[in-house]
Amino acid sequence: MERELRLMKGNEAIAEAAIRAGADGYFGYPITPQSEVLEYLTMEKPHERTGMIILQAESEVAAINMVYGGAACGKKVMTSSSSPGISLKQEGITYIAGAELPCLIVNVVRGGPGLGTIQPAQSDYFQATKGGGHGDYKLIVLAPASVQEMADFVELAFDLAFKYRNPAMILSDGAIGQMMEKVWLKPQKERSREFPEWATTGKTPDRERNIITSLNLDPNKQEDFNHKLQAKYREIEKNEVLYEEFQCDDAEYLFVAYGTSARVCQKAIELAREEGIKVGLLRPITLFPFPTVIISRLADQVKGILTVEMSAGQMVEDVRLAVNGKIPVEHWGRMGGIVPTPEEAVENLKSKIIGG
Amino acid sequence: MSDNITKGKMIKPENLVYTKSRVMTDNVTSYCPGCGHGTAHRIIAEVIEEMDIQSEIIGVAPVGCSVLMYDFLDLDIQQAAHGRAPAVATAIKRLMPEKFVFTYQDDGDLAAIGTAETIHACNRGENIMIVFINNGIYGMTGGQMAPTTLEGMKSSTSPYGRDVATMGNPLKMTDIVATLPGTYYVTRQSVQKPANVRKTKKAIRKALEYQKLNRGTCFIEIVSNCPSGWKMTPVESNKWMEDTMFPYYPLGDFKVPEED
Amino acid sequence: MAKVKGSIVVDIEKCKGCELCVYACPTQVIAMSPDVNVKGYHYAEDVNPDACTGCTNCAVVCPDGVITVYRMKV
Repeated sequence: MERELRLMKGNEAIAEAAIRAGADGYFGYPITPQSEVLEYLTMEKPHERTGMIILQAESEVAAINMVYGGAACGKKVMTSSSSPGISLKQEGITYIAGAELPCLIVNVVRGGPGLGTIQPAQSDYFQATKGGGHGDYKLIVLAPASVQEMADFVELAFDLAFKYRNPAMILSDGAIGQMMEKVWLKPQKERSREFPEWATTGKTPDRERNIITSLNLDPNKQEDFNHKLQAKYREIEKNEVLYEEFQCDDAEYLFVAYGTSARVCQKAIELAREEGIKVGLLRPITLFPFPTVIISRLADQVKGILTVEMSAGQMVEDVRLAVNGKIPVEHWGRMGGIVPTPEEAVENLKSKIIGG
Repeated sequence: MSDNITKGKMIKPENLVYTKSRVMTDNVTSYCPGCGHGTAHRIIAEVIEEMDIQSEIIGVAPVGCSVLMYDFLDLDIQQAAHGRAPAVATAIKRLMPEKFVFTYQDDGDLAAIGTAETIHACNRGENIMIVFINNGIYGMTGGQMAPTTLEGMKSSTSPYGRDVATMGNPLKMTDIVATLPGTYYVTRQSVQKPANVRKTKKAIRKALEYQKLNRGTCFIEIVSNCPSGWKMTPVESNKWMEDTMFPYYPLGDFKVPEED
Repeated sequence: MAKVKGSIVVDIEKCKGCELCVYACPTQVIAMSPDVNVKGYHYAEDVNPDACTGCTNCAVVCPDGVITVYRMKV
């Protein structure tokens, strides 16, 4: 398969990109608005294309534990779901983090809490970036803002997951999952035939047995392990921050927004600048590691920051931590599955930041 | 002929007829004295050694007394979340169909929290071996009621005995999975006496031989004891198991392949 | 007629004193020692070694795999 330009839904792009990234297995369970991932994969018969295994599990719980099993064999495996399903997967995710296994989890976020709505939201930011399950752990979290990034981040997420032996998440939303855009698909990558040395593939005489577990009954060992994890997260923070700046050079005010909200803010910048308001946008691409340094730097330049999120205000807390009180930071957003408009964003920039 | 001379003469490699399998580690197990888990581990190790598949088999440990199975079996082992071993094993086998895969699960793990994973792995006919240790109690957490606890049986959470009207009935998982088309070989055995141990070992051997032939899920229940949880000596617990557990959980094959 | 003679070796320190071997032995070879091992368990010992036939029953039921069995024709 060569490089190819296609018109696809974000969910389909993730599925096709996974095949092309040389993924070994996908384990999923239907839930709106991400079912196209599983549908596309079953339709596409990747087993015939690359040998990739697809399985519809009996639950999200089973699916994430299948990911655990596959990842522990050193395989490139993934699952996808949407918010309620991701909640179900949290147990498995903390085990995966605790056993230091690489994998990809895709969350095409919908509005909550509870069964909520099937419309897009960004209200799973805390769950994605602060751990989600029990214990001190972090996921590497990538936030795509286009169908192209849905595709591109699959391989990036796998690469980071294997580099750090850590689960990675693509935190998308129902809008990007469902909308169609043109997308450049990468050429087919061969599935790896090599196993990492820690993988459980059968104990051969030339090595000690490989054990995949997150259990440490000795509290001293568990604390040592926690320190090791924290050191890894600091390393990730040092090396892997990704973000995009829009018109920040002369900005007096700043939007901080990711994913769908960032697209809204791009338009809002245009509208505001037509009115003479010099506003820029900082779009975090990695939500963990969070682009703290650049936000702190921009806080020395601008007079105030408005985060635009499809939630009650979650990322705003990380922005405030980065700004550390230097300038006002406010949140504005829509909830329940409603996508904000650029006009609303500009109005709220004026009322909450400029006029404030 | 004095004993000393006799013993000295006999203890030679050529006279060795039984020793712990080299697929077991040198670690002392964390199991209580007389617990069937150790015996079950031992015979699994023996079969793996006899089939010479140590380098081709991956085990999945549960949450329960056998959570530390990887300390005792010299195998590549994954420790799964509570009840999820069949899902974990499903992926291992699907991704590496040329390997042998087994789960080892206690009754709380397999028959309570992991019921869905168990039923669905069996229903899909995953080509794995499931070893199910049923001792009618939660041993690791200190003797609470299990789904398999017998009617009237006391535990720390059924202190007046299991009242089936409010606590439900003891669950016969082996009977259930035997009805599923995906299972190929389903049997209930035990490990309290030499003859039972030998039979159970044969069942494990069969299950792994069937796995080599891609036949589907093989499910081996081992009715076992919990001397500590039942508050009995090991010998008493085995007697109690025979008298009280076996009538409700009768030993024998539930599904035997036609090729036998 | 050749007679089969057996002998057992108990890994005393790993024995947990469960006594299952005592009851599994058809010829009453094994009893629990009045002494205890490091863990405080009375361990199995062959108090009647002449009667051992090397049938392996004791080792087969031992949950801890502490019994090694030898057998020869005498």
